[in-house]
Amino acid sequence: MEIPYTTEIRKDTGLYNAKVGIWLFLASEVMLFGALFSSYILLRVGAPEGYWPHGWLNIPLGTANTLVLITSSITTVMAWASLKMGNFGKFKMFHAITLCCALMFLAIKSYEYHDKFTHYRIMLANGHIADGHFAEESKDFDLAKKTGSFSIHGHEIDLANKTGDELQKELNKLYDLRSPEGRAVEHTELKYEAKDIASMNNYGPWQNTYTAIYFTLTGLHALHVIGGALVIFYLWAFGGRMWKEDPERFTNRIEISGLFWHFVDLVWIFLFPVLYLL
Amino acid sequence: MSDQTKTAQSEHADHFSHHVRRYLYVFVALIIGTIFTVWASYIRFPSREINIAVALLIASCKAFLVAGYFMHLISEKKMVYGILGFTVFFFTGLMALTLWSFGDFPPHTVTH
Repeated sequence: MEIPYTTEIRKDTGLYNAKVGIWLFLASEVMLFGALFSSYILLRVGAPEGYWPHGWLNIPLGTANTLVLITSSITTVMAWASLKMGNFGKFKMFHAITLCCALMFLAIKSYEYHDKFTHYRIMLANGHIADGHFAEESKDFDLAKKTGSFSIHGHEIDLANKTGDELQKELNKLYDLRSPEGRAVEHTELKYEAKDIASMNNYGPWQNTYTAIYFTLTGLHALHVIGGALVIFYLWAFGGRMWKEDPERFTNRIEISGLFWHFVDLVWIFLFPVLYLL
Repeated sequence: MSDQTKTAQSEHADHFSHHVRRYLYVFVALIIGTIFTVWASYIRFPSREINIAVALLIASCKAFLVAGYFMHLISEKKMVYGILGFTVFFFTGLMALTLWSFGDFPPHTVTH
């Protein structure tokens, strides 16, 4: 059975069917991300004073990823416009760039994730807090058995007996890395015996509510990038036959996949300032 | 190929080359918007709320450009506007409920 209205316009909607379908899907996506943005607002407003992180993410890398997605957005729309002008060769070229941008975005995001998973917060038995990136651990390191040692490249703070401005300035060294105190922190090699460590955690989603919502939002967004890139790759690699047999239908498929890709870009346009800059 | 067909194809190509120029302008505007967002985040406004408002305003302008021109929303059919109208209504409602909840904490709740 032939699928109806793949290219022909329905009189009641004024559109071909797939276009109605993708807009309905994107409407549901807006609500999905809307719910997560709403969670972000509640978590941020509910965080105790001085405990919501600022400057934990690498702004140059976030900016680079924004520019990569914007570039992929224009190559996506140019790929569609090339098909509209009957130029399949240019379509292939533009969508090859789109796919490279998708890979570049994921590579940068993976690097950022790796940075967080190798960053540790160590609560020491003497009440101090050590914070920094993993340097090395002894072969026999086992926190539960209290054997061995663990080294980080970071700094140590002491919140004991501090109140008011003094406490805020000390907290800034951990939570507000864009503040004068956060920027002034000097990192050195610090080595701790397991018996001196009360607990430790890396900066994964379990660290605090900020990392939880950061990994949820960016992880879901990255899944969208992967999904969109797979569809675009399929159409790019195997679309030649359909282009020869039914160019209008193929062009419509590219338009639909493009609308999804632009939506992915749209979500990032809000994620970038919310998570990296504010 | 008849002259009439050739003329139609050439008009079609002209129409899209006009679109392509517009896409390039939007692309440049998005890059400038991104640089402006980062720059604005380093300005110390009197309150953090102003920083947030400025960043969201720039992000909204960029979103308008992507949705309006790359997704062609400035010249879509009524059906699409209808779907998006419902979405805007429910999204606004969700955000309004979120903001409304700030003023509705139970008595003796410690807020910061």
